[in-house]
Amino acid sequence: MIDLQGPPIEWMAISPLLILLGAALAMLVGAVLTPAWPRRFYALFTAAAAAAAIVMTVIEWHRHRAPRLIIAQSMRIDNFTLWLVIIVVGAALLSTLVTDDYLEREQLTAHAPEVYALYLLSSIGAIVMGAANDLIVLFLGLEILSIALYVLAASHRRRQQSREAALKYFILGSVASATFLYGVALIYGGSGSTNFSEIVTSFNSLIPVDRSEAMTLAGIALLMVGMSFKVAAAPFHFWAPDVYEGAPTPVSGFMASAAKAAGFAALMRVLFYAVPQFRDDFRPVIWVLAVATVFIGSVMAVVQTNVKRMLAFSSVSHAGFILVGVEAAAHAAGSPAQADGVLSALNYLLLYSVLVIGSFAVVAVVGRKGDDATDLNGFRGLGRSHPALALAFTVLLIAQAGVPLTTGFVAKFGVISAAVDAHSYALAIIAMLAAVIAAFLYLRIMVSMWASEPEAGDDDRQPIHVPLLTGIVIAFTALFTIVFGLAPGWLIDASKHIFP
Amino acid sequence: MHAPTMNFPILSMLIFVPFVGAILTALISKRRPELVRLTALLCSAITAGLSIWLLVAFHKGEAGFQFESQHMWIKQWGISWHLGVDGISLFMVVLSGILTPLVLAGIDPHKDNKAYAGWMLLLQAGCIGSFLSLDLFLFFAFFEIVLVPMYFLIAGWGYENRIYAAMKFFLFTMFGSAFMLVGVIATAVIAKAGPNGTVSFDLLDIANANFAVSTGRWLFFAFAIAFAIKVPLFPLHTWLPAAHTQAPTGGSVILAAILLKMGTYGLLRFGVFLFPEAARWSRPLFLTLAVIGILWGAIAATMQKDLKRLVAYSSVAHLGFIVLGTFAITTQAGSGAVMQNINHGVSTGALFIMVGMIYERRHTRQIAELGGIQSVAPIFAGVFMLMMLSSVGLPGLNGFVGEYLVLIGSFGTARWWVVVAAVGVILAAVYLLWAYQRVFQGPVNDDNRSFAELKFKEAALLLPFAAIIIFTGVYPKPMLERIEPSVRAVIAHVEEKTGYVEPGPVVVVAPAEESHG
Repeated sequence: MIDLQGPPIEWMAISPLLILLGAALAMLVGAVLTPAWPRRFYALFTAAAAAAAIVMTVIEWHRHRAPRLIIAQSMRIDNFTLWLVIIVVGAALLSTLVTDDYLEREQLTAHAPEVYALYLLSSIGAIVMGAANDLIVLFLGLEILSIALYVLAASHRRRQQSREAALKYFILGSVASATFLYGVALIYGGSGSTNFSEIVTSFNSLIPVDRSEAMTLAGIALLMVGMSFKVAAAPFHFWAPDVYEGAPTPVSGFMASAAKAAGFAALMRVLFYAVPQFRDDFRPVIWVLAVATVFIGSVMAVVQTNVKRMLAFSSVSHAGFILVGVEAAAHAAGSPAQADGVLSALNYLLLYSVLVIGSFAVVAVVGRKGDDATDLNGFRGLGRSHPALALAFTVLLIAQAGVPLTTGFVAKFGVISAAVDAHSYALAIIAMLAAVIAAFLYLRIMVSMWASEPEAGDDDRQPIHVPLLTGIVIAFTALFTIVFGLAPGWLIDASKHIFP
Repeated sequence: MHAPTMNFPILSMLIFVPFVGAILTALISKRRPELVRLTALLCSAITAGLSIWLLVAFHKGEAGFQFESQHMWIKQWGISWHLGVDGISLFMVVLSGILTPLVLAGIDPHKDNKAYAGWMLLLQAGCIGSFLSLDLFLFFAFFEIVLVPMYFLIAGWGYENRIYAAMKFFLFTMFGSAFMLVGVIATAVIAKAGPNGTVSFDLLDIANANFAVSTGRWLFFAFAIAFAIKVPLFPLHTWLPAAHTQAPTGGSVILAAILLKMGTYGLLRFGVFLFPEAARWSRPLFLTLAVIGILWGAIAATMQKDLKRLVAYSSVAHLGFIVLGTFAITTQAGSGAVMQNINHGVSTGALFIMVGMIYERRHTRQIAELGGIQSVAPIFAGVFMLMMLSSVGLPGLNGFVGEYLVLIGSFGTARWWVVVAAVGVILAAVYLLWAYQRVFQGPVNDDNRSFAELKFKEAALLLPFAAIIIFTGVYPKPMLERIEPSVRAVIAHVEEKTGYVEPGPVVVVAPAEESHG
């Protein structure tokens, strides 16, 4: 008989994951075994679980512990991971509240428990991706996240576009996963390990002769393709507009926040923790990706007529901005000086997540029953009929355009300072110019809301109804945008603890 | 130097009062329009009162910043809420303070007064804030934030092509801001001017830093592009006629009188002052563009068929003079430029108001459809004539003093540019007088026969403008006494940093008004 002995497990360190997992399983099993619970119960239960996970994370954060590797060095628990947990679980919490009203309106409440369980499960995947210290663990996280998202994209069962979006996402996502896996294999071939710490050491002790690092370089390239797909960086962004448009609107918001955060966290983990020695090789690639992403995202966003597609392309352009921060960090990959760039990217992810969830919540409300009225015309006259809703959306859009005194500006300021600090002046200016193009897009939506005259057929549209929980989420995101835009000091201080 | 300090934070209040007013108007119910109006007027009037108090309390003859107040804002980034006023910014603050209540009280937006008043107050807060900021970040924030209310004012209350104009305005300015943001950050990061070599965004800290020559030039241009668009300098001026023509009257007034001045003010405060070497090095470029702007604006204005567009193009020409004076880098020309900021604001603001009145009466701005108004409404025509002559630069009115100082002060350092620019003075007379002739003289057609005479309320609105025009024209000394020391300090800073020596002033026998009075 083989004596199997598992590695020691630090239960406390992974308690947020356990809470999420426990809640997801309890809900799936409970919903099958018990009669239907009252309305809103599942959503509030999910929200409570998410809140509990956030509380555990905050407690862990305040213990100020040194970064450590747990479970046979397969995961890294440091403040980077905890920051990501807060982004992802916070996104899940807000999205759940919006989704509850959405399901109610679309008469999909029968499937509520599955949807919420999938939010929780995909959050687990996202966290594992960002916490991974091993390529295989990272791949596991990627798959947990992706598969849950494929199903979530299809969760509006009666809507043709929803199913189409899920299928597209599934096929393209699988190719990306395969690419990623191939990259893992090549890195393993080049370094002899899949563990980040061992990969780094292997290159430290190895003096490359006769271009023997070619295999590793090919592996890095493939890994970057896989990650770029996940974060929707050009030219791997083609899935994003179709999927965001087809998926149920609250799910689109979740994808643009949690999945993007996880993708970036994983990208930075791989590049800066596994193969930092190759920074001179991957940095130009990130530069090109960043430029392509900000420009393609901004330009394509401007020519759209559907607000969901606009937000999808704008989210591509935001990914480009985050890449600017990553590029800044890549100048000093592997050394403590990378912190500035990584911090700016993580900060951007947090602030953008709030913005994008709020924006998609507004779109979910304006989409009206059937989730179809998301074209620009659907927003016409919103300023007159629902001034508060239009004002909140305006705040969110202005912030995304990067106007000062909003979080959007704080985020942009962070990545641009990091880029300037790293002497990437050209990239900083290119990104800011692309932001001007993107501003046009936000203006178009605002014009539609505030300055367009009603047209024939507008009266036939269903009236817009702002449900309670969605209203709370929108108000929260708008307030967050203003408050932390005016006084970002606390947030900046907090983020400084990521690399104490 | 004893810069006065007050326990009362007057500068912060100048920003907060209109800002709070904007929030209050937003909160008051739409069903109480009289309450909205009262709140908006009260808040803007308090701001105006504060700004006049500031003018009175200001110590003349002192060059440095007065009433300074500094509080840490985002200390992690070295950003502070640092405000201060000197002779260069003083009058712009006062102008921003008093114009908004006048516009709110005197010009009817015709719809949705509540939102209009809210945006106006926010605009006032942003304008005053950008003139008072002594922190690069703070300045950038205000510089950028004024775009939002202005955008909504144009897009919401403008004329037929308003959406296009508003977009063009927003995107052009933001294009410049893109460079400026990178410039602001790079300046602070490279200068590391804070205590112990930390990053600081404070203007006064950074002014003492030394930049390598090429670095300084790059940074200067990052700022200068933003300001050149805002001014607007040829060939970046194309947004201006569109925005001016389509904006509602109140928006045009604020745009011409204050927003454009952020560009010229920025060129002096953040261009010449922060990067003296680069400013001197690029002088020929800016002088040339300024002179082209003067001629181009004048020629284009002559060709316009739309009265409002004509006034808009005249702005391009006038702002050219201000840039000319700024880059002449002499105390005289600099003072003239700062003064011309105010003069242009007052006279062009008044012209826009009167063009708005014409539109209210006739629902057209086409010069060809007007004519002979002088015989129907002589007082109206007379007041228009006064404003127009101030814009032309008739001796005895305010426009003359500023233009004269700019030309004479620039002559020593930019002789041939001045020679060409002087032609612009004549052209200004050509296009404005010709416009007056076509609009007010000649036979009256039937549509204009019922043109209403100037009403009491309208006269009350225009009275402050007329008073400033005549007072400054006849007695510019109080204004120059406050402006000149600060401009001299900027020039001295340039001298200290670059080894430049300002040529002695061109001797003028006496202050301008006596030379022909």
